[in-house]
Amino acid sequence: MVSILEQPLAIPGGLRLASNKSQSLRTPVRQARLPERLIVPLSQHIGVPAEALVKPGDKVLKGQLIGRSTDYISAPVHAPTSGTITDVGDYPVPHPSGLNASCVVIIADGEDRAADTGLKIDQVLEADPADIRQQVRAAGIVGLGGAGFPSAVKLNPGPDRQVELLVINGAECEPFISCDEALMCCCTQEVVNGIRIMQHSLGAQQVVIGVEDNMPRAIDCLGKSLEACGANNIRIVPVPSLYPAGGEKQLIYALTGKEVPSQGLPADLGIVCHNVGTAAAISRALIDGEPLISRVVTVTGAGVAEPCNLEVRIGTPIADLIEDCGGYTQDIAHLLMGGPMMGISLASDNLPVIKTTNCLLAASQADIPPPKAASACIRCGECVEVCPAQLLPQQLYWHAHARDFDKVQDYNLFDCIECGCCAQVCPSHIPLVQYYRFAKTEIWDQERERQSSDIARQRHEFRLDRLEREKKALEERRAKAKKALNKPKAGDVDDKKAEIAAALERVKAKKAQQDANAKNIDGLSAEQQAKISEIDKRRAAQNTTTGE
Amino acid sequence: MEFKTGTSPYLPVSNDLSRLMLKVILGLVPGALCLFLFFGWGVITNLLIATATAVASEAAMLRLRGKPVAPALGDYSAVLTGLLLGLALPPLAPWWIPFIGSAFAIVIAKQLYGGLGYNPFNPAMVGFVVLIISFPLQMTLWSPPSGVEGETLAFTDTLQLIFTGVVPAGSLLDSFTMATPLDTAKTQLGLNYTWSEIVNNPVYGNFAGHGWEWINLAYLVGGIWLWRRGAIHWQIPAGMLGGMFVISLLFYIADSDSFGSPIFHLFSGATMLGAFFIATDPVSAATTPRGRIYYGAGIGIIAYIIRTWGGYPDGVAFAVLLMNMAAPTLDYYTQPRVFGHEKE
Amino acid sequence: MLTAMLAIGILAACFGLLLGFSAIRFKVEGDPIADQVDAILPQTQCGQCTYAGCRPYAEAIAAGEAEINQCPPGGEATIQALADLLGVEPKPLNAEHGEHKEKRVAVIDEQICIGCTLCIQACPVDAILGAAKQMHTVIESECTGCDLCVPPCPVDCIDMVEVAQAIDSWKWPYPELAESSERA
Repeated sequence: MVSILEQPLAIPGGLRLASNKSQSLRTPVRQARLPERLIVPLSQHIGVPAEALVKPGDKVLKGQLIGRSTDYISAPVHAPTSGTITDVGDYPVPHPSGLNASCVVIIADGEDRAADTGLKIDQVLEADPADIRQQVRAAGIVGLGGAGFPSAVKLNPGPDRQVELLVINGAECEPFISCDEALMCCCTQEVVNGIRIMQHSLGAQQVVIGVEDNMPRAIDCLGKSLEACGANNIRIVPVPSLYPAGGEKQLIYALTGKEVPSQGLPADLGIVCHNVGTAAAISRALIDGEPLISRVVTVTGAGVAEPCNLEVRIGTPIADLIEDCGGYTQDIAHLLMGGPMMGISLASDNLPVIKTTNCLLAASQADIPPPKAASACIRCGECVEVCPAQLLPQQLYWHAHARDFDKVQDYNLFDCIECGCCAQVCPSHIPLVQYYRFAKTEIWDQERERQSSDIARQRHEFRLDRLEREKKALEERRAKAKKALNKPKAGDVDDKKAEIAAALERVKAKKAQQDANAKNIDGLSAEQQAKISEIDKRRAAQNTTTGE
Repeated sequence: MEFKTGTSPYLPVSNDLSRLMLKVILGLVPGALCLFLFFGWGVITNLLIATATAVASEAAMLRLRGKPVAPALGDYSAVLTGLLLGLALPPLAPWWIPFIGSAFAIVIAKQLYGGLGYNPFNPAMVGFVVLIISFPLQMTLWSPPSGVEGETLAFTDTLQLIFTGVVPAGSLLDSFTMATPLDTAKTQLGLNYTWSEIVNNPVYGNFAGHGWEWINLAYLVGGIWLWRRGAIHWQIPAGMLGGMFVISLLFYIADSDSFGSPIFHLFSGATMLGAFFIATDPVSAATTPRGRIYYGAGIGIIAYIIRTWGGYPDGVAFAVLLMNMAAPTLDYYTQPRVFGHEKE
Repeated sequence: MLTAMLAIGILAACFGLLLGFSAIRFKVEGDPIADQVDAILPQTQCGQCTYAGCRPYAEAIAAGEAEINQCPPGGEATIQALADLLGVEPKPLNAEHGEHKEKRVAVIDEQICIGCTLCIQACPVDAILGAAKQMHTVIESECTGCDLCVPPCPVDCIDMVEVAQAIDSWKWPYPELAESSERA
């Protein structure tokens, strides 16, 4: 039984950080300039990458399907604008590894003509939930909060699970990021429509929109919009603005007091949580017929001239977007995708905006100073005080540092949400989150290695078995043959001769029969028969003289 | 455009090791000042010798180990160890007492285990215990606090005594050394005097040893300031003072004539210094919140036991070392429940 | 004197009985050591350790006939894991047996392959598909990179190619820092 608390709880741990959001909220959300060249990665979500359906030279319309999903946990990809496909290949994508991934490159024709996507559903609030899910999947919608999990999967809790509560996550807790707040103010109706569609699809009796208490305008806009459409069972609950109150598990705890089980899902508690951006995208897809081809992105930081929020097409090169915001200032030092606590540091701006790009932080040296040298851990316990997952970060650090991967899992490494609170307060400036990430990927890699070496061992053992079997079979045949060879005695030789003679007779008879048949000499007249026997006699005489 | 990359989180970190250590050193000032006022120049020489030796030995060891010297010295942890040891030593001890203790503390108890963050035992207390076991005479002769038998020794006389062992003209060593209030209590109780009789001794003040009560009060003030500034967490001091209070209360209620009152114990000897500055050394203490409470309580209780029935007048140093040994076990068994896990 | 000897003797007998009883009653059936060692080895079946495969090497280690540092594909990680399992000191990889290389797979050049099946017979995990006078090809996902197919090929058409790092199996590196007072 899940219920929304009257007073939201304080999350365990957490940090109070300067929000730095006002500079990007001065102007309302505007459309970004349509770029000339768009690079659309085929994997912008958790799960199996999409498979390209187009090849160089194809002409596409805005919203046309260019990559189809290949698995349940996967999402399709659509063309963000009309134009021509120039390449399908490996290009740099925003990823901490700096590696390339498969992308579709489109040169825009500037006309932005839309395709007929067939995503619209009339009377969507009375439609079959299965149809809604299918269209959400077909629209390529993934979690826009940053994780990119295919939303259609999250709208399907399963046949034996009842969804009691739908939580809408508008609690944008990371400093600098303001795209969700801007969206809630500018596109309030879309957000509300999307929420109502999701509520209907899940059959949830209760809906709560979690926002931070430092977003008064967004709360106001949402309240008015909800009142206008008479949705009285959707509540807005402001939670104290503490980082990371916007994390899914943390928000659910703050609003309901329930803890999502470790390695479990909110659906285990009868709760489903979606981001406000995802709600707006669902509304655009099912009511306006537009798949996920654009999103609101915050461009901010002291390194960009005009911090603001923009509606950006997926695949827009970041360099173009910065130009659109007045270009870099001379203070620019770093470029981050995401916020300053969990974001990815980008090596170049020649990368595309993807579905999970919520913020581009062009930071100055003052925003992001060079990291200080790390000292030894003094076990002060500051990290334990701020961990929202109530872990022991210093123990995780000691064991990850020593590469003791069993111990580090004993201390529940995989419950870490990598929020960065621990590293933020460490007086020795140890990059704690780096150690945890290293340990996690190392453990996954070891697991993969173990599985592949198990398969190799099985194949090897099977091969050894096969060789054994073949050897045995060969030996048996040899033994049999040897036995057969050992048997023959004197009397048998005559028997053998008789057998051979009989066999030769049989062969002769057969041959004569065959010859007769082959010559097609059935049903001949007496005259013809006489001629043939003459020729045969002559041939036989010749043969005897020449000798056979 | 190309950029340098980094790893999250990226925001500037305000906390710093050197700032933390300096805060602790600042918190020591009221208590140290009080100690100086009551015990004279010997306190200053102890502090100077101990601190200088600590810094010098740390520098030498780091160079021997091939580690960068300046960053390690810059976090002031050696300075803090020297100060804590210096404050714990008798003011008129010969110069080689703080020297040996400090060198042992840094070289063996800290650097040989791997330096900052790797020592399982509190270095200052290791140094203190080595001294008290090896040189019991020098370590248990304290001068009388000012106001008990006249004034403390003059500056030049102090220096002369400490560095050359020569007593000031016309006096004997006996006339300006005496046992501490805890030591007096121990011997007198051993001779079957009751507390009410013992307390009449001029070495006792209003509620604890003369002078010592003010010194402990000053450490308490410094410690509370330290806690409010976020340099230490409340669990260890609360645990230690609470533990000592409870056990001394129990015995005091049982027989108030044979046992010191809780207030006496809380404001005697190294209690407050230990509670706020020594036991709170994060490297050698327990780290989980609940573990810290048990750790502090263990120190308080063991210190009381040693004071009352053990062979030494003040048991804080031994208590700290014994609980240092127990800290890993405490950590293991007091792990907090992780978010999303069932209560075990 | 006699009573002391009797007392100690009886105590010793009692404790001995107790220990013996416990050894039998509370015996833990565990994996034989050879199985545990085999579980750690990378199953490349390359023979660089001088044994005919990973299983014979595992059995040799269990019998104490082989050192733990003879497996190049396993590298340092395997040596460390074996050292932990057996409770011995880890040693650096014995260079006589080869050096640890990045994961490679065999690739057959189909223009040159003559279909002789010699490589198929050599592969310890049957990762090469083909038949006599038919094209041979390496099943990339099953190839362990053991190099055993390269020498038998009469036309030298097999190359060992390094596997490119895929984005979804990328690992975060170990944080290398300019430590100020961190122990090495």
